[in-house]
Amino acid sequence: MSQNNYQHGTINRREFVKELVDLCPEALIVTGLGSPSYDVFAAGDRPENFYLWGAMGAAAAMGLGIAIAQPEKSVLVITGDGEMLMGLGSLAAIGAQKPKNLTIVVLDNGHYAETGMQRSHTSLGVELTGVASACGFDWTLAVREPADVSQIAKQVNAKNSVGLANIFIEAIEYPKALPPRDGSYIKNRFRGNLGFEPF
Amino acid sequence: MDVKEQTLQHAWKDEIFDIFKRGSVEQLVYVPDAGHSQVIKKAWADDVMKPVPVTTEEDGVAVVCGSWLGGKRAVLLMQSSGVGNCVNMFSLIKNCQFPFFCLVTMRGEWAEFNQWQTPMGSATQQAFEMMGINVLRADSPQSVPDVVSAGFDAAFVGGDAVAVLLSQSLIGRKKWDAK
Repeated sequence: MSQNNYQHGTINRREFVKELVDLCPEALIVTGLGSPSYDVFAAGDRPENFYLWGAMGAAAAMGLGIAIAQPEKSVLVITGDGEMLMGLGSLAAIGAQKPKNLTIVVLDNGHYAETGMQRSHTSLGVELTGVASACGFDWTLAVREPADVSQIAKQVNAKNSVGLANIFIEAIEYPKALPPRDGSYIKNRFRGNLGFEPF
Repeated sequence: MDVKEQTLQHAWKDEIFDIFKRGSVEQLVYVPDAGHSQVIKKAWADDVMKPVPVTTEEDGVAVVCGSWLGGKRAVLLMQSSGVGNCVNMFSLIKNCQFPFFCLVTMRGEWAEFNQWQTPMGSATQQAFEMMGINVLRADSPQSVPDVVSAGFDAAFVGGDAVAVLLSQSLIGRKKWDAK
């Protein structure tokens, strides 16, 4: 198995994310830095999106903070395997809270795509669904078929459980679709959409 | 089975909780420390303020920012050793100009028995400041309510990022008798 040619999954990330976002029109979405931010932006910019461009490891923990603050809204974290691995402990924090309105979707290509496709731990034996399950998540799903997107969307929209879906995607890079990098703008837009004023 | 509480009761700890309560804090995010235990205990007994333990402090930075995105105030409690864990995560605060309030119990600065606490304790203030977070400090029990309240308002009224350091001398000597 060479370093760069190993394929972890077959799902097209762009198509899958577009489908998922379209099926969850109400969801508040946090995206992990790198390709997940590009995928979600490529699916169509919306004020309910908070795009991370840095702070690697923050996505799931930010989702937890939002989910507790907005228990009536569904919160969807869309991140990559590398970003999730850096914030692995946040799965324990989430498991201890069990918010009923939080779903973590990991776009898992088994590689750090942004830095040149070095293998990540998920293609070296680590199963994020197993970690989430051991952390007390209500459900986990290992997704190898694009059609499973509807099952995830159903859980997101139901707001009755905390779950993690690991999507086995193809390890190829798509053209970058760049969301705004101005964090202050994205923050204020996100909050404004929920009815909160800036200072 | 209840585990017996082993920390000293201090009036200023109740005053900190009261400031958070009056300030409508809805998430108390923390990695525990003996100095924070009274506040943490009260949060667990509170109907509104949700205690959110995190396994590492940088996750806590992300959680409190998430809370603000969702329109609610959250505060972060940690020990000085945890501040170093947060450094890159503080870029979230700087880039997005999140209001941020963090309460830090100091180690490695006063009658410290365990010198492993000293390197980070000595660098705690600088670690915050190099990432653009303002630092206030309370050294006496009398000053705690004023300093905490001033920092809290600077964060949630003024939109600033503030850390309040609680001197190790406030907490008292840790007992190290090997019995």
